Formats: sequence, structure tokens, C-alpha cells
Amino acid sequence: MATPTLPSNDLQTVRRDVASRKVRDQLFVVVGLLALFACLLSLLVLFGKLVMDGSDRFTWEFVSSFPSRRAVHAGILAAWVGSSLVMLVTACTAVPVGVMAAIYLEEYAPKNWFTGIIEINVTNLAGVPSIVYGLLALGLFVYKFDLGQSIVTAGLTLALLILPVVIVATREAVRSVPRAIREAAYGLGATRWEVTKDHVLPYSTGGILTGMILGLSRAIGETAPLITIGALAFIAFLPTPPITDVAPYVSFTWLTDPFTVMPIQMFNWVSRPDPAFQSNAAAAGAILLGMTLLMNAVAIYIRFRFRKSINW
Amino acid sequence: METTMSTPSDSAIAGGHDAPRIAINMDGQRDVAPRNAAKARAEGLSFYYGAHRALKDINLEIPERMVTALIGPSGCGKSTFLRCFNRMHDLTPNTRYDGAIHFYPDDFNLVAKDVDPIEVRMRIGMVFQKPNPFPKSIFENVAYGLRLRGVRNRALLEEQVEAALRGAALWEEAKDRLQASALTLSGGQQQRLCIARALATRPEILLFDEPTSALDPIATAKIEELIAQLRDQVTVLIVTHNMQQAARVSDFTAFMYLGELVEVGDTSRVFTNPSKKATEDYITGRYG
Repeated sequence: MATPTLPSNDLQTVRRDVASRKVRDQLFVVVGLLALFACLLSLLVLFGKLVMDGSDRFTWEFVSSFPSRRAVHAGILAAWVGSSLVMLVTACTAVPVGVMAAIYLEEYAPKNWFTGIIEINVTNLAGVPSIVYGLLALGLFVYKFDLGQSIVTAGLTLALLILPVVIVATREAVRSVPRAIREAAYGLGATRWEVTKDHVLPYSTGGILTGMILGLSRAIGETAPLITIGALAFIAFLPTPPITDVAPYVSFTWLTDPFTVMPIQMFNWVSRPDPAFQSNAAAAGAILLGMTLLMNAVAIYIRFRFRKSINW
Repeated sequence: METTMSTPSDSAIAGGHDAPRIAINMDGQRDVAPRNAAKARAEGLSFYYGAHRALKDINLEIPERMVTALIGPSGCGKSTFLRCFNRMHDLTPNTRYDGAIHFYPDDFNLVAKDVDPIEVRMRIGMVFQKPNPFPKSIFENVAYGLRLRGVRNRALLEEQVEAALRGAALWEEAKDRLQASALTLSGGQQQRLCIARALATRPEILLFDEPTSALDPIATAKIEELIAQLRDQVTVLIVTHNMQQAARVSDFTAFMYLGELVEVGDTSRVFTNPSKKATEDYITGRYG
């Protein structure tokens, strides 16, 4: 057996060696790009197909009409209003509850086996199938609390669904506030609550809002849990308007109104035999996808704005 | 003395320390003990991270309106000791104090379980190793301690912020941009802002934890000059890994090693004539 020797250092050998290693480097660039385009292309093809199939339905009439038995007259008014109101309820409940829970876990809770179990379970909750949340909501909100098959039930159901997302995102954001900043505030005599409200929360707003929007853009596409609680697929009226012309000018009766949402409307149209409804479904799908992408864009913009003003 | 690079021993011994020491009541409110009287005294102080005993039975007196430097090699416990004074360790779980740090003239034990760390931090300020301004305006940084104490009057806040910024030698540089973000300041300015932030609450002791280790030599010189001036209004306790710095700024020097206090005395005496072999080895650069 020959004695092992170090590679020679002469020009030829070094160049040959570098060249062969760079080939492998380039190889990864190709593989990586292929993987990237596989994702992007499938999204683009999907979006393009939806736009093409629904191209003749992108009219004001489509956005401002109720569903109809005749495909050309059917629209998504009830669906997008329903989706918006349900999202409003979801945001107004999931965000405060999620943020408070996350702040408690991060800033207040002692680190022991009990909080350890809670942490693991919060992460696991993010993986629970959404239909299970639907079943929970059917038993709890619809039957036990008697909230009916209403906007508030749907909003609370989706809030439960995205709560883990909000909690995890908030904890990440809160954790990114440097320890030195906390120590500076504590060093001046601040209490835990003062440190939280004056420093930790303001400096992590960007991350919290991003988490909120990512959670909402998941919730807006959910269908299964809402079908479980009994959302209607055919609604030819709008919920009671939240603003009225008599004092006190705000009304909350819309919370208990029946509703439909975009994905359910789509599902309803897709399952009809008449091909004209297929283009309705495609157009609604494109609009829903557009709404989701818009929300993600807002999240990215918010994060960018906050990163710019705060860099540690 | 600040502009020419004098040798450490010159400045330490002759650096104005022989000037008459008059007790000036800076705010006209607090009873000011005569200079050099005990402001705080550690007595049999031990500190534990879990089962690890990081400080072993420390006895040390901190004199009123003097600068006391803590020196020693990395890991000797000097920062740990400093952070006992404002109970920073309370933020870390599984830590425990044993013994006492008496605080005068009130004469209570800073590290006692029944003393609220917030009360301690209201009276003992701290400047950290790396400048850590809040990502808020310069004004809000300095005003924050006063806001915590319930000061809402705008005129009073402005007056106190100006006084604190002057006290930290930052007023001239910052007066035209008080509403600018503190993060637009340079590293040295940020550290002086942190000093102003601590000064605004009129602390009785100001703790410095290696305040210049992240700064360039010019910024360091400014901070050192400032610390020398602060002696007139506040008791200073400073941790430094830089022995020349200890020699330049402090009246008293305490040398720590492996969690124990080895030697303490007048700075000039400790540096010229240490009584312990370990101290001599450290200051002559044999380890550390």
C-alpha cells in the first residue's frame, strides 16, 4: 500500500482540482433552479388556466350579483362579502388571543415541564386537519353555545384553526427582540408589562402582522370546516349591514346571519353538470387566489417597512 | 490629558483626583453622604447559577461618589458581581443570591428576597457592554426612565432630558435631532445616549459593564472622560477587562479571580504595589 501523500501544489493540479469542484457547484445551481421552476410554473399554470377558463366572467356584474340558476347571471357577491366578514371575525378573535398567549409563553411563563408540554401542543395544533376543527365547532359553537350556522360560528372556527399560526409567528417575532433591549428597559426599573407594552410589542409588530396575514390567507381558502358547520352554498341575500342609519349606527346582527364564502361557492359551481358554471368556478378561483396573493403581498410589504425602521 | 496620549500611570495618579472633594447636593433633594463614605457594601456575597457557585463570599465596600473598578480575567465573575447590584440575575431562572449587599444610607439588603428588584433598579442604573438604545427617538430614549416614574409634564421632561444629555456630553451633538432615531447615532454616541438614559433617573449608583469594549479608541476616550466627571454626582462601579482603563478612570480597584475577590485598594497602590501574587501576575500580563 502506497503511503498517503498530500495533493501536489503545482499550477496544473490546482487548476484541474478547482475546475472539477466547480462543475459540481454549477450542477447544484441547475438542480436548484429546476426545483424552483417546478413550484413557480405549477402556480403560474394553475393561475393562468383559471384566468383563461373564467375570462368571460371577469365583469362587474359577476362581482355584484347573487348566485343564480343561470350561469351567466350568477355572481359572487354573497361569497366575497361573506368571506370578508368571516375574515373580520377571525382576525378580531385569533389575533388578540394568539398574541396574548404567545406573549405569556415567551415573556411570563416559567420554563418548566408544563409549559414545555403546552409549547409542543401549540405546534402540534397547527397540524390538526381542518375538518376536525369543523367537528369541534359543530359540537361547541353550533349546538352547545347555540350560535347557529352563522358568520360568528364560521369566524370563530377559522380563528381556532389559525390560532397556532398566529402564536408561533408572534413567538418568533417576540423572540427576535434582543435580550439587550429587554435588559435596558428592566435596568431602568420597568415591570414585565411595561417592557412588553413599550418595547417587545412595538418592535415585533412587523412579525406579528405578517403571521396574522399568513394565517388569514390560509383561513380564507378553508372549505371543509365551514361545510361541516353547515354553511349554505346558495345565498341570494346579504347579511345585515354593520352600519345603520339609526343610533347607535352600528349593528351586530350580521354576526348571526347565515353566509357563504368564496371556496364554498366555487365548490358548488364545480359540482354542477352545466359547463357554463365551470367558468364561473374558474373566475371565482382566480379572484380568490388573487385575494390570497394580495394578502401575502401586504404581509411582505409590512415586514419590509418594519425591518427598515428597526435593524438591530 | 484627553488629547495627548499620556501614560496610564500619569493620568491615574495625577488625573485631578487630588482636587478638593466637596459633597455637592446635585438635586437638592437627596441627602448626600460625604464623599468616600460607604454607599454599598457586599458582605459574604455568594451567587449561584443553578448549582454552580459563580461568586464566593465577596466582601467589598463601594465608596460614595468614587469610581471603583472591577478587574480580572474573563470568567472571573466581575460582571456577575456587577449585575447583583441591580438584580439583573433575577431575569435568569435558577439563580440564587446568598449573603448581602447593604445599601446606604437606607441600610437595606439589595439582594434580599423580600426586596423588589424593580425598586432596586429605580435607584441603581446600568450601562451595558454594547450600546443598547431603544429603536425610538433620542428624546424618548432619555425620557423613558422618567416616563416609567410617571412624569408626564412635557416641559419637565424636556428640561430633564437636556440635563441628562448635557451630563452625558451628548447635548451639543444631539440637540438639533432629538426626534431622530437613536439608531442614527454612531456607536460612541449611542453609548453616551445610554449613559444619559441612565442619568436621567438620577441613580445613586451607576454600573458600567465593560462600557467601551465595543467602541473605537476615540469614543472610548470620551466615555472615560465622562466617567471621571460623573464622580461628582454619582457613585460609579465599572467592570473592565482593560487594565489601562481601570488605571485611568478609577479611584479604587478590586481584582477578582475565579469568583473570589483577591485584592482591593487605591488604584495607584494596586497597580504599582499589589500585595497579592495573583494580582501582580494579572496586571503584568502573565495571564488574562
